[in-house]
Amino acid sequence: MPSRSSLIWSVFLVVMALPTVLALSGVLSAWFQPDFKTLSHLSNYVLPSAIKNTLLLVLGVSVMTAIIGVSLAWLTAVCDFPLRRFFVWALILPMAVPGYVIAFAFVGIFEFTGPVQTGLRELFGNSSWFPSIYSYGGVVMALSLVLYPYVYLLVRNAFQTQGRRSLEVGQSLGLSVRASFFRVSLPMARPWIVGGLLLVIMETLADFGTVATFNYDTLTAAIYKSWFSLYSVSAALQVASVLLIFVVIVIVIERYSRRAQQYAQQRNASLNTQRISLIGHHRWLACAACATVFTMAFLLPCAQLIFWAWPNVAVELNSSFWSYVWGSVSLAILAVLVIVGLALLMAFTARTQNSLFTRTAVRVSTLGYALPGTVLAIGLFAPMATVDEVLYNLGAPSHVLQGTMFVMILAYSVRFMAVAYAPLESNFLRITPSIDAVARSLGVSGIRMLRLVHMPIIRRGLLTAMVLVCVDVIKELPITLMTRPFGFNTLAVRVFELSSEGLWERAAIPAIAIVLVGIVPVMILIKRSDNDAH
Amino acid sequence: MPISLVNRHNSNISDNSSNYINAEDTLQQAFLSLTNVSIRFGGVDVLSSVSFDLARGDIGCLLGPSGCGKTTLLRAIAGFESVFSGSIRLNGNVLSDTNSVVAAEKRAIGMVFQDYALFPHLSVLKNVLFGLHGLSKNEAKSRASQLISQVGLVNKERSMPHELSGGEQQRVALARALAPAPTLLLLDEPFSNLDVELRESLSRDVREIIKQSNTTALMVTHDQLEAFAMADQLGVLHHQHLQQWASALDVYHQPGTQFVASFIGQGTFINGVMESVGQVNTMLGKFERNLKGVYTAVTSGDVVSVLLRPDDIICDSQSGIEAAVKSKYFRGATFLYTLELSNGEQLLALLPSQHDYAIDEKIKIRPKNSSVVVFKK
Repeated sequence: MPSRSSLIWSVFLVVMALPTVLALSGVLSAWFQPDFKTLSHLSNYVLPSAIKNTLLLVLGVSVMTAIIGVSLAWLTAVCDFPLRRFFVWALILPMAVPGYVIAFAFVGIFEFTGPVQTGLRELFGNSSWFPSIYSYGGVVMALSLVLYPYVYLLVRNAFQTQGRRSLEVGQSLGLSVRASFFRVSLPMARPWIVGGLLLVIMETLADFGTVATFNYDTLTAAIYKSWFSLYSVSAALQVASVLLIFVVIVIVIERYSRRAQQYAQQRNASLNTQRISLIGHHRWLACAACATVFTMAFLLPCAQLIFWAWPNVAVELNSSFWSYVWGSVSLAILAVLVIVGLALLMAFTARTQNSLFTRTAVRVSTLGYALPGTVLAIGLFAPMATVDEVLYNLGAPSHVLQGTMFVMILAYSVRFMAVAYAPLESNFLRITPSIDAVARSLGVSGIRMLRLVHMPIIRRGLLTAMVLVCVDVIKELPITLMTRPFGFNTLAVRVFELSSEGLWERAAIPAIAIVLVGIVPVMILIKRSDNDAH
Repeated sequence: MPISLVNRHNSNISDNSSNYINAEDTLQQAFLSLTNVSIRFGGVDVLSSVSFDLARGDIGCLLGPSGCGKTTLLRAIAGFESVFSGSIRLNGNVLSDTNSVVAAEKRAIGMVFQDYALFPHLSVLKNVLFGLHGLSKNEAKSRASQLISQVGLVNKERSMPHELSGGEQQRVALARALAPAPTLLLLDEPFSNLDVELRESLSRDVREIIKQSNTTALMVTHDQLEAFAMADQLGVLHHQHLQQWASALDVYHQPGTQFVASFIGQGTFINGVMESVGQVNTMLGKFERNLKGVYTAVTSGDVVSVLLRPDDIICDSQSGIEAAVKSKYFRGATFLYTLELSNGEQLLALLPSQHDYAIDEKIKIRPKNSSVVVFKK
């Protein structure tokens, strides 16, 4: 029944979906007004290598994260070996390290003048045989080590619900343990492996900071260079549209694979199945495998950061450092208020006005998590520039929108709406519909119901959403870099600027600050998976 | 096929309506009144042309198998679903019809849900206070306390919902719904989440509390004993239609349709042939046709179904009717036998367990009553 209030909510939903649509149409507009000169330059010199590099990177990172993630998930979920309980959560920690941080830490550690090669030269007199860190292998290693936790978390969950039973079924049908793993357990976990890998692929496609640090030219780097080195917005849009094609493919596959996950979900989780106690040297091999990954992905880069930061702490913790901290914090607070506030209203609307229109609008509004920051930034820039031009022609001052906080927050809300929406939605789903009905029968409805009934009940979800958005905004690099107001600095931007100039000692302190902030949501995640199953 | 007849006061067709001479009065007093209410979801009728009246202060009960639309009807009265056609009136005011809908929050109709839906973040007292707007703080508090003591939870005011037992949560839900003195109280399967023992005592208490507060109430349930215990008026819903709306006693003894007859209590049907409009001939002999209450129109010569309750059959060695025991089920004081008549028709009989008849044993039986309810085939 159409009423005035449901009309207001519909308008709200349209407004919510608008920025995503704007950004996408901004990118697609590149196809309707092709600039043939830049296009031929791009297709001759930039796109072939950028596409090749991007696809190779996706391939390499997928293979690496699948191997690392699945094997560690199996070991910690089903087997038992020394320090297993520690590794269960320690192996999630690398999630806290942004790609651009591990990147410059690795470069520092493994480049010619770094401690590893210096040590090798002292031992053998020569280290020229050591592979260069500025290589395909280097990028793949760095990205895989920060992204494998996506696979690890999802697949571990799957293995845990399967428990040992899947192996036992295989064995009872005459397969060896090894064959049972490959023919029963692994295929059963496939939806989750695919789900984890798709997240990894999205992050890889979106990554800008890591590849930039390694000077490895992918599509995101090409967007940035076209815009900020060639000053060609149309070229940047053309590249972005190519990247968008890959992203859309991944989104489509992801939608399908989610269905498979639902289908494969087991009703009776076998919580108390016994673990396989590894014996002999296998115990120590398992322990060593976990330890190696944890060291490479977390301990080593952190140690390197601290090693760099320590001598400079007194000098670096000056007023300009605190101004970057303030930049990050104030930005995060603003973004949290806007994004979580809007996500809350949207989740509430979705609950009270359930219809195809609502579901579609929500889906569009939360699509941005899959869009690379570089694509979003350039996609929003184009329509904003148009609006500015129209306003200017109407007599407004120039650049009302471009280069303002507004555009930056707009871009963030497209990118992180899903991050805020997911925990709110799942919390809302846990409130039975009769709670709403009771509130209404007692004369409380609309926003008052949200405030008096829903918000107190979902406060944990609200808190989770706030923490996640806050941390993501602080870690975020390309959007901040490409849309920030002139002279506005954050910790992430500072890390990127200093590290791209090779000033690693100075980049280390803001990088440590970001890692520390990033540990907070990882801890929440660890606590939650602890509650889920032990 | 039973002829679907849904008449509002059980009296229109009856020529012997001595039980229902108050029908006109009821009509005048109708407090909650549904007229030809149809509800559709996605083009499909969930409820079709439902009409009934409930007098002020009465407790009504809608009974039906799951999926019959009884909860939907309750939600429509509460204002959570809109009606496709027909109207819902409360105290003379239209709440819903084809053109207009009063929003649920403006209806002042209290509701108790199957899952109680207590606000988990509020204490018992605050739950009850929730619906008390427009009163001063002290007034609201004394009203809430009064309700809480009425449902017998005086020292639980500060407890949180999760600290309460199921029965206590149920009472809080009732107190919360009654606190704003609703014009109508709706209860959706209020006892289905409770133990059987608790169900009985609580349904008695709830009836008492509702009667005390002089509230008109409508309850939905699939449990007929619960309905019998609570209801002044009882309606049976099936296949989108309200099959009958009458007192519990009448619904049992004068079922309006064959469905009602088989749904309420146990019963079997045997074939009969109408000799005249008032007489039916069966394997068990001739019966007077019960002409009280609702009945389907038949003419002489029609083949009809005759309702027999298991307790309508008694053993009588003098009887000329013989039946074979096909199966039996021990129930303590009685056996429930399935008997087969010489023409193959089967019926249920509840007989004292002093005699333990063997399977296939032939026994002599006769019907206890001389009048029966019949349905046109």
